Amino acid sequence: MSSLTLRNIHKNFGNTAVLSGIDLDVADGEFAVIVGPSGCGKSTLLRTIAGLEDLDEGTVTIGESDVTNLPPSKRGIAMVFQSYALYPHMTVYENMSFGMKIAGSSAEEIDRAVRTAAETLGLTALLDRKPKELSGGERQRAAIGRATVRRPSIFLFDEPLSNLDASLRVKMRHEFVRLHETLETTMIYVTHDQVEAMTLADRIVVLRDGRIEQTGSPHELYTYPANRFVAGFIGSPAMNFLAGSVVETRLAQTIVRLASGTTIQVKVGSGELSPDSPVTLGIRPEHLTTGGDHNLVETEIKFVEPLGSHSYVYLETLDADEPLIFRASGDFRGAKGDKLAVGISANNCHLFGEDGKVL
Amino acid sequence: MRKLWRGSGVHLGLCFLSMFAMIPLLWMLSVSLMSPGEASSFPPPLLPQNPTFDNYRQLFEYSSMGRNFLNSLFVASAATLLSLTFNVSAGYAFAKLEFKGRQLLFRWLLSALVIPAQVSMIPLFLMLKGMGLVNSWIGVLIPFVASIFGIFLVRQYALSIPTEMIEAARIEGASELRIFRSVVLPLLKPILITLGLFTFLAAWNDFFWPLIVLTDSEKYTLPIALASLSREHVQDVELMMAGAVVTVTPVLVLFMALQRFYMSGTLAGSVKG
Repeated sequence: MSSLTLRNIHKNFGNTAVLSGIDLDVADGEFAVIVGPSGCGKSTLLRTIAGLEDLDEGTVTIGESDVTNLPPSKRGIAMVFQSYALYPHMTVYENMSFGMKIAGSSAEEIDRAVRTAAETLGLTALLDRKPKELSGGERQRAAIGRATVRRPSIFLFDEPLSNLDASLRVKMRHEFVRLHETLETTMIYVTHDQVEAMTLADRIVVLRDGRIEQTGSPHELYTYPANRFVAGFIGSPAMNFLAGSVVETRLAQTIVRLASGTTIQVKVGSGELSPDSPVTLGIRPEHLTTGGDHNLVETEIKFVEPLGSHSYVYLETLDADEPLIFRASGDFRGAKGDKLAVGISANNCHLFGEDGKVL
Repeated sequence: MRKLWRGSGVHLGLCFLSMFAMIPLLWMLSVSLMSPGEASSFPPPLLPQNPTFDNYRQLFEYSSMGRNFLNSLFVASAATLLSLTFNVSAGYAFAKLEFKGRQLLFRWLLSALVIPAQVSMIPLFLMLKGMGLVNSWIGVLIPFVASIFGIFLVRQYALSIPTEMIEAARIEGASELRIFRSVVLPLLKPILITLGLFTFLAAWNDFFWPLIVLTDSEKYTLPIALASLSREHVQDVELMMAGAVVTVTPVLVLFMALQRFYMSGTLAGSVKG
């Protein structure tokens, strides 16, 4: 087990900056999930931690030792790849024992380690099979098994669930949580799927264009996003955004005028903003209500997505470019074309300034 | 039912076409078993009247065909081994190892493909002569050591090996040589067989280069021996055919035995897997 410290990490591919000044601390035994859209540099960041990419600037420290210039094998890490990267000509047992064999461990030692790891992951019956004889989930477990056998101080996972179908992904998520509880090892997990990030992480790191936008617990990021990007990225369906301007600011309260002229009272202080300053109002689908009498926005139903326990209602309004998403109860009976006035819960609004930062 | 008829029709057609390739070979075998002069009678007989192995006996007893056979076997085997060693490691390096000027060097090599082998033969011969390697096994083998085509073939195949697999082995502490031996080589098996077969066939059948380099008849390979046999025994069609059978059979058997791998090797990378 070890902590990880990244300081001022810079990485360029040609003239393109992929990572720009990354500073990150991951505590010993923590499950950190790096999340971001495609091309944000999250896989490159993981590969620089692994030592598979050379840094242009910065340092990587694992535990107490600076590993910046060490090869991958000397860093005490194990990595599970998106494609599993199992050796196709070797059995699961041979795949799992490959690293230990290279390290020169004795046959008994290897056997004990492989069988213990196989038992933890439910792989014992599959040890003699080759990767092509395994299902996607089994392959994934074999790849994790190969990583755990060597007892690394840090596990690195590069989008390990993206090749699995939806139901298997949920099951494997639970496996990861269980594995983390069993091994209590530091884990760094890269994904573009914010649901995976929310369900697995002790701490989420949101990355965009090679920079960290925000780090924090899933609850922190969901409830207190630092900027519009994080607000839109974390949460599914995404947060609704309505453009407006400040009418009046009071202590911990702001009145915002939306495009249609409707004014909304928001329990967020907007500090130094003068009247008429442009702002963006953010509200999550579950914080829109019906049946209130203030903070109402007039909308028309475009589409209803019934999911049984609840429905997502897509609403068109003059106040937003994109349809608003409203999380309604499962027995919602509205239909396309119906008019609906939705209330914006003043306590759950977020206000973002022109620069995208939260107010 | 219609499908069955259509399938049978295609098979019949293919059988008919394959006869064009088969008949000369079968007749070569048939003539090699005929008595002297029998094949030259008119009309030429299809099958021997009294099948005999006399021609083969004469071939191995009175000419040095046995030695030539061993020479060919040695040259073809050594050429295959050398070609696999150098082309496979170079092809893999061009596909998967990062080094400065990799693309440039590969493009430069590819552009040299357009130069016909015959053009380089005289300069190569003069170089070998300068080094005193004429009439030596090394001289015969040098053109087979590395071929651009072989490197290209291996590189294209090696590109399909996921880089992540190599990186996984690197993380596990495997040296580059260990990765090549334990991870890459087993995955390259189809292309190793294809390239091995290509080289073996080329070296076995090669006539021109050994003819230029080898001066000592003790070192002659089968094709040169067969050519000198045809000069000496221009009338002995049956004996020459026996020599041709001895020359052709080993490579034919080798090709038949390995054609399954050969096909998978030559088709590799042609479709997305």
